[in-house]
Amino acid sequence: MEIVFYAIGALLTLALIFGAILGFASIRFKVEGNPIVDQINEILPQTQCGQCGYPGCRPYAEAIANGDAINKCPPGGQATVNTLADLLDVEAEPLDAEDGAEPITKVAFIREDECIGCTKCIQACPVDAILGAAKQMHTVIVDECTGCDLCVEPCPVDCIDMLPVAVTTRTWSWELPNPNSSLIATDRRGQTA
Amino acid sequence: MNAVFNKTSNGIETTADVIASSERKIWPLVGGVHPEENKHQSTGRPIGFPPIPAQLVLPLSQHAGAPAEPLVSVGDSVLKGQMIARANGFVSAPIHAPTSGTVIAIENRRIPHVSGFSDLCVVLESDGDDRWCELTTVADYHALSPEDLVNKVRNAGISGLGGAGFPTAIKLAPSSPINTLILNGTECEPYITADDMLMRERAAAVIEGAEILLYMIGATECLIGIEDNKPEAITAMQQAAAGKNIHIVVFPTVYPSGGEKQLIQILTGQEVPSGKLPADLGIVVQNVGTAVAVKEAVLDGKPLISRITTLTGDALSAPQNVEALIGTPAADLLRHAELNDAQLSTLVFGGPMMGFGVDSLDIPVIKTTNCLIAGTHEEFPSAPDAQACIRCGHCAEACPSSLLPQQLYWHAKAENHEQLMHHNLFDCIECGACAFVCPSSIPLVQYYRASKGAIRTQEAKHAKAERSKVRYESRLARLEQDKAEKEAKRKANAERAAKLKATKATDQPADSKGEEDPIQAAIARAKARKAATAQRANNATSTLTTAKAELTSLQKELKIQLSMAKAQVKKTERALAAAESSGTGDTDQLTSNLAMLNEQVGKLQKEFDQSSLPNAQPEKPEKAVKPALSDDEKKRKVELAMAKAALKKAERALAAALEHDNETTESLQQAVAECQSKVNALAAIPEAQPEAQPEPKNDTGHPVAKKPKPVLSDAAKKLKIEVAMANAAVKKLQRAMANAGDDEQAELQQKLADAEQKAADAKQKLDAL
Repeated sequence: MEIVFYAIGALLTLALIFGAILGFASIRFKVEGNPIVDQINEILPQTQCGQCGYPGCRPYAEAIANGDAINKCPPGGQATVNTLADLLDVEAEPLDAEDGAEPITKVAFIREDECIGCTKCIQACPVDAILGAAKQMHTVIVDECTGCDLCVEPCPVDCIDMLPVAVTTRTWSWELPNPNSSLIATDRRGQTA
Repeated sequence: MNAVFNKTSNGIETTADVIASSERKIWPLVGGVHPEENKHQSTGRPIGFPPIPAQLVLPLSQHAGAPAEPLVSVGDSVLKGQMIARANGFVSAPIHAPTSGTVIAIENRRIPHVSGFSDLCVVLESDGDDRWCELTTVADYHALSPEDLVNKVRNAGISGLGGAGFPTAIKLAPSSPINTLILNGTECEPYITADDMLMRERAAAVIEGAEILLYMIGATECLIGIEDNKPEAITAMQQAAAGKNIHIVVFPTVYPSGGEKQLIQILTGQEVPSGKLPADLGIVVQNVGTAVAVKEAVLDGKPLISRITTLTGDALSAPQNVEALIGTPAADLLRHAELNDAQLSTLVFGGPMMGFGVDSLDIPVIKTTNCLIAGTHEEFPSAPDAQACIRCGHCAEACPSSLLPQQLYWHAKAENHEQLMHHNLFDCIECGACAFVCPSSIPLVQYYRASKGAIRTQEAKHAKAERSKVRYESRLARLEQDKAEKEAKRKANAERAAKLKATKATDQPADSKGEEDPIQAAIARAKARKAATAQRANNATSTLTTAKAELTSLQKELKIQLSMAKAQVKKTERALAAAESSGTGDTDQLTSNLAMLNEQVGKLQKEFDQSSLPNAQPEKPEKAVKPALSDDEKKRKVELAMAKAALKKAERALAAALEHDNETTESLQQAVAECQSKVNALAAIPEAQPEAQPEPKNDTGHPVAKKPKPVLSDAAKKLKIEVAMANAAVKKLQRAMANAGDDEQAELQQKLADAEQKAADAKQKLDAL
């Protein structure tokens, strides 16, 4: 009989010790904030365009972490949706864009002889990609422009165009082969017959 | 596997003998394929020299890295060998004029690129003179430092002539020490014989170039790797290298042993780790053609303006190798090799395995173009349709990089970039061996190239997103900081203003306000003081019109203060309510503040009422001043008024007594003097209190009331009395004269004159005072 009490006592002692260690660890190694938000934010394209309905990429990342849909980012395209689906282990939904098509990379272009130097676009640019000063001509740093469109609307003289980025020999890359050609020989015969 | 071949001296007639002629151990390539060689067609003729074309098209981007920057403009005439575009950055190479002539355009032209795109080119019209610019030759390169030689190579615009086109100067100035130089004479791809013919005809130049390269990089060993299908080249090279520390290494023909990493493995047994460079192993690999170009650049001072290019294919009647000027359009070269236009179906730049087809004959030869294949339809039939992968595994056996092409294919198809990276997609050299052996004719290399492109694009996007994030966050931080700075400035300004006002009104007694909000309290105090001063100034004005005008402005000010104070009260009440409901905050202090504010409001209200009520009456200032007077002051004033009245009465009595020549004049005079002194004493008391009568800021400049009588000195009083007495005497005499008879007239006249004289004197004296 005595041995049973010893056993219970020993187990209780162990339980207390480990409980104390766990309790200490949960306070000592507490993670501030939700780490998943950072991971989601890493995946988002950081255009800060607000097309998702949130005022920037981080707020949308927070919304996704709280259960919002993952397909609201048109600049990221389907690739971003897929990556998010992988990360969050959810079903990849089709992109929720106006035409559903993959986004074309665009950059803002200021027609400089029409610019009146009002600095409104400079204030609107979330990544400081527009250079200029009051009553001076403005111009876009193409390499830093995310193509978010936010500068177009504030322009009082409508001198900002969103131009698609031209593909050069340096940015060109091969396309995947046409998948239709992977039919097996018998299928093809059946098609032509 | 790794057989050791011993040297024999039996000649080089057979393949086995050729291999055996190499004294070194080799490590044969893993995998690889044996496509039909098709090399014999173009080796039958010596290296040709086609005529100078009428027009040369020189793309600014002929090398890996940044495009060159043009140094000439349209209309400039240039000499052969003159630099027409300079290197733009570290990984870049200059471009030189291949012949003398005129620059007729700098514009977008079709360039030999797999995309078929156009790019910026300098178009040169040759003048046919082929005049060289001045060249600096070097007799003994040992006299120059390796760094100087590297600079010469850089300025000569030499980029790798094997196919990749990496600027040679960068490879020749590595950060880690180099012990082995490998010259690549493998030329494993079918059809191409440019290096073969170069080694056959210019073996001495290759060896010279090798020696210069050895000196430049400080390597101790030089290996020249040649496949055993080029016996003539091997013989020539061995003869040229005889007696030098340069080893000609011969190994079995297999495609793609000419790949840089593959060749290193065959010759040294070392494998270049994934993501590393040969220089990390102390090895530099250069093409044999590059070695000749280096020799010419260093010894003869000639820049890279031409190269050996193979012209072959069944559509040519005279396939051969030519020394083509860089920028020569393909059409000119093919005409030289007797192109049969009708038979031409495909024009390929490069070899059949790694080259690409183009659809225009105007595309020029550039520094990396080692072969042009003018193929017939039979030679290059259109690719058969791809069929399903049957998982035969032949591709894995063929892969020279020991990758798993089949797995890469599946992942590429699924666009699973993570798995592709896991399977080392970027170690694929795109040799096409897997596609060559594929029984289903799957264009495997295209899958890999597309996937590599997609991953690179993705990485570039990610890098840009990272940069955008940093920029966005720093912008937010900047805006935040701006806001904080503005707020701090605003606060500092308000504080300074409050202090200024406080110092202005230091003469006012400090209000017994609590510590509610130092700034608010200070503002309220300052306002109260301002109101008080304004009111007093107003009270002091004696002119009625100005008083009236100032009254209205005073009323306004009071009204504003009143409403502000009321708002303050409401705010404090709300704060108090909130503090009470939440149970936090200093409720006691808030209550005391509220009480104080209420008091202030009451005071202001009273002031406002007072200022507004007697609006119609002009005597209002007198009324307004009364409540501010203390009891003492009142008493004193009353006494003063009484004393003044007594004084007046006494004076009147005195005057009457004088008139009637009464006996009481003496005593009356005394009483008047007494009254006068009393009035003076009383009037002096209120004047001694500065607070009761501050110097009013009266811009109309009107004198303050109650001045005349009390301030008179005793002498003046005496004089005045004398004057009065004299006057009375004059009057009395005048009356007596009117009543008196003629006899008395003269005497009275005399007396009157005396009295008048006396009165005038007294008056003069008084005026003089």
